Amino acid sequence: MIIGVLHEALAGETRVSATPGTVEKLLALGYSVVVEPGAGTASSFSDEAYVAAGATIGDAAGADIVFGINAPSAAQLDRLREGTTVVSLVSPALNPDLVADLARRRITSLAMDAVPRISRAQSLDVLSSMANIAGYRAVIEAANAFGRFFTGQVTAAGKVPPAKVLVAGVGVAGLAAIGTAGGMGAIVYATDPRPEVADQVASLGGKYLEVASGEVEISTTGYAKEMSDDYNERAAALYAAWVPDIDIIITTALIPGRSAPILITADMVASMKRGSVIVDMAAANGGNVEGTVKGEVVVTPNGVTIIGYTDLPGRLAAQASQLFGTNLVNLMKLMTPGKDGVLVIDWDDVVQRGITVARDGDITWPPPPVQVSAAPAKAAEPVIAEAAPAKPPMSSARRFTYVGIGAAILLLLVAASPAALRVHLTVFALAIVIGYYVIGNVHHALHTPLMSVTNAISGIIVVGALLQIGHGNTAITILAFVSVLLASINVFGGFAVTRRMLSMFSRS
Amino acid sequence: MTIESLAQAAFLVAALLFILALAGLSKHETAKAGNAYGMTGMAIALVATIVLAIDRNIEALGLILIGVAMVVGGAVGLWRARVVEMTGMPELIALLHSFVGLAAVLVGWNGYLLIEGGGDPAEIALLTSQGTLGIHHAEVFIGVFIGAVTFTGSIVAFGKLSGRMKSNPLVLPGKNALNIGALVAFVALTVWFCISPALWLLIVVTLVALALGWHLVASIGGGDMPVVVSMLNSYSGWAAAASGFLLDNDLLIVTGALVGSSGAYLSFIMCKAMNRSFISVIAGGFGIEAGPGEDKDYGDHREVTAAETAELLRNAKSVIITPGYGMAVAQAQYGVAELTRKLRENGTTVRFGIHPVAGRLPGHMNVLLAEAKVPYDIVLEMDEINDDFSDTDVVLVIGANDTVNPAAETDPGSPIAGMPVLRVWNANDVIVFKRSMASGYAGVQNPLFFNENSAMLFGDAKDRVEDIVRAL
Repeated sequence: MIIGVLHEALAGETRVSATPGTVEKLLALGYSVVVEPGAGTASSFSDEAYVAAGATIGDAAGADIVFGINAPSAAQLDRLREGTTVVSLVSPALNPDLVADLARRRITSLAMDAVPRISRAQSLDVLSSMANIAGYRAVIEAANAFGRFFTGQVTAAGKVPPAKVLVAGVGVAGLAAIGTAGGMGAIVYATDPRPEVADQVASLGGKYLEVASGEVEISTTGYAKEMSDDYNERAAALYAAWVPDIDIIITTALIPGRSAPILITADMVASMKRGSVIVDMAAANGGNVEGTVKGEVVVTPNGVTIIGYTDLPGRLAAQASQLFGTNLVNLMKLMTPGKDGVLVIDWDDVVQRGITVARDGDITWPPPPVQVSAAPAKAAEPVIAEAAPAKPPMSSARRFTYVGIGAAILLLLVAASPAALRVHLTVFALAIVIGYYVIGNVHHALHTPLMSVTNAISGIIVVGALLQIGHGNTAITILAFVSVLLASINVFGGFAVTRRMLSMFSRS
Repeated sequence: MTIESLAQAAFLVAALLFILALAGLSKHETAKAGNAYGMTGMAIALVATIVLAIDRNIEALGLILIGVAMVVGGAVGLWRARVVEMTGMPELIALLHSFVGLAAVLVGWNGYLLIEGGGDPAEIALLTSQGTLGIHHAEVFIGVFIGAVTFTGSIVAFGKLSGRMKSNPLVLPGKNALNIGALVAFVALTVWFCISPALWLLIVVTLVALALGWHLVASIGGGDMPVVVSMLNSYSGWAAAASGFLLDNDLLIVTGALVGSSGAYLSFIMCKAMNRSFISVIAGGFGIEAGPGEDKDYGDHREVTAAETAELLRNAKSVIITPGYGMAVAQAQYGVAELTRKLRENGTTVRFGIHPVAGRLPGHMNVLLAEAKVPYDIVLEMDEINDDFSDTDVVLVIGANDTVNPAAETDPGSPIAGMPVLRVWNANDVIVFKRSMASGYAGVQNPLFFNENSAMLFGDAKDRVEDIVRAL
């Protein structure tokens, strides 16, 4: 089958749905690829590079499968054949008309933004890969508008305090922002209704600010849900207390299919210092900040810059295209089981079912709900406790009984043995105890040298053989000769190899 | 003060030096001194014994034979010790165990020829007067039995470790009954021999013990080798101790008991590390039953290239490497050491997490890494490092599988449930070096590979590590 790569029709879209790198991988899956002229120009991929990767330049509309970042425009759709499969962002919940239109045209539509959040589908989740880029870019945009360093420094010209960054909403974008800002030297704080993200925040060097509330959110879809009024009031109080001291705020709170919640009110913005920056990553859905203008940068009367860009991933066009393209390649891998260039939709697979929003003239959105394990830690814990049933320590009474029985048996055995043997048994028993305690705290790294040294000293059996040799009996002498030989190999080999090993251990 | 009493004193000194040797070997700082104590003790014991042999009117031929045997044996031993590859340590140690076992068998046979065979009338009279003649019969049998089991067991272990034999467990019908049957036969034969010592009984018991040792180790799979090797180490000690009883020699008893109990303790540590009882390891058959969740859909794994891994490492602040037997097989330790050096120069914290049963010998990984000049203070044990994975950027799993399997903690139905494992999955990124998606020794699929923060780097570990070093 042929895959067509559209030249994005949406104004301002800089990304492209396939790069020369991903074209090669698509070819390896058995497809041929047609790229529209100039499709990659805005992402710094030339037509020549696509040709060099094995694609042809031409009209993508005639292809069997059409790739796009955004859903095709009406004009593009008019050029598509019936039965074409379109793979792109769709936002089916927000664009029911588009889905209906696709179904009417008998186009199969695979919505890359409808990938269920299950581990297996992670490799095709464009929302995650784009959010990662957006989070990074949000910090870069903020740094660009912020008139100071991020990192604290002590210079000859005086001391510079580090910037304080607050990230509201710790999803993929939030985590990327925390990591980026932390990497640039800022002090990063983060908030989120889900307390389990505290560890993730800490892992990136941020500090988690907890909203004191009994309400704990454990999402079953992997996305945040709307919180109660009580929670929102407490959150607002937290923001109001922290915001005046913060230099940069990055908000990422989105609830799928709804307008974004307002987290930062106009009063809070007014309480911020002159020169502070807010990046509202939810601007496309109405914004988390009062005063955000979608797609614009505004400066409030008190000198706070509010950035409402909605094309943050597109501002890293080459990177975003590469990740988007790789997500598409992973989708094709999943849907091309034969690696023969034939697309097969497996209707029983929740991932493939979930992203198919229109097929054969039918609207297949929304899909049946998928229960994903967005809260694995909580669910796994009780199982862990079950899985490793620690042996209950022996009760002291029982241990005492065992020791007592053992002692009694030993006592009878030794008492019944002849005097000559008793001395040996005493020595034997004490040596066992000494051996146990001497080895008891051996360092794990020295197990091998320990074994080779015990090897060497168990060659002490040579002593016995030495005393047997050469007393007139040929058979005994021969056997003893062999055992002296073998034991000598042990003695010399064991000590020498231990020495060699020990000389290799060195401290840094 | 006679030569005899001097020799006894020398033996006591040697025994104490051996104890110092083992004690010294338990810490890095004192390990070399420990080895020196051991060598001194051995030298004292050897000199004392030879002097004693001369005092007991050894024939000139006997002395010459001793000289020849020791020179040849010593030369072979030193030569093997010098040329052995560190990856080949498990084989060498198993082979050395077999020598002790065989020597014990021969000493036991000599004991028979000397007393029961009527070779030394004076000694027979002495034993009869002490009332220990019957004990001597039993000692011969016990010594030969333990020695023979150690001998064939170690030979099989050597064969499996060196790849001369298949490492999958041998499954004979009723194998436990076979083992127990052999033990019962041994007890019965011992009683019979004590009543009427006869040469054919000794031959039969030797054969039974040889067969038992063979079967015992043949039915244990390659992944349990650390336990097997330390178990054989212990057996070789008991064999020496048994010879000590036979020969009335306290030095042998002390040394054998030291080695025996230290080997047993090591086996115990290894078993604990696999959350299995000693009996279950000896009984073998661990990997045969498939886990219940085998047809489970684990999803897809993700692949990375060496270049991407290098990029990930360059940006990482802290890296933990968890090597397994696969690293030894691929001889990747030098590449790993080079990688470690590069990353450390780059300011990255690099540490190693070693599972107690990684490799085929207790401490195998440590020796390999030491050989490649990885400083030992960054090589940590599972318990020391397990809580640190959550603060780690990248974990490189090199040729390890079951020791990093989260199913051990999460899936109660897994065959390895409850085995302590390295919690690598808590790190931000886990790169797994593997030749294919095949399951590990335990035959269990590893859900780690399908985690979203895991990525697979396929190919020969040595080549891939070198690719990464180049990319850096």
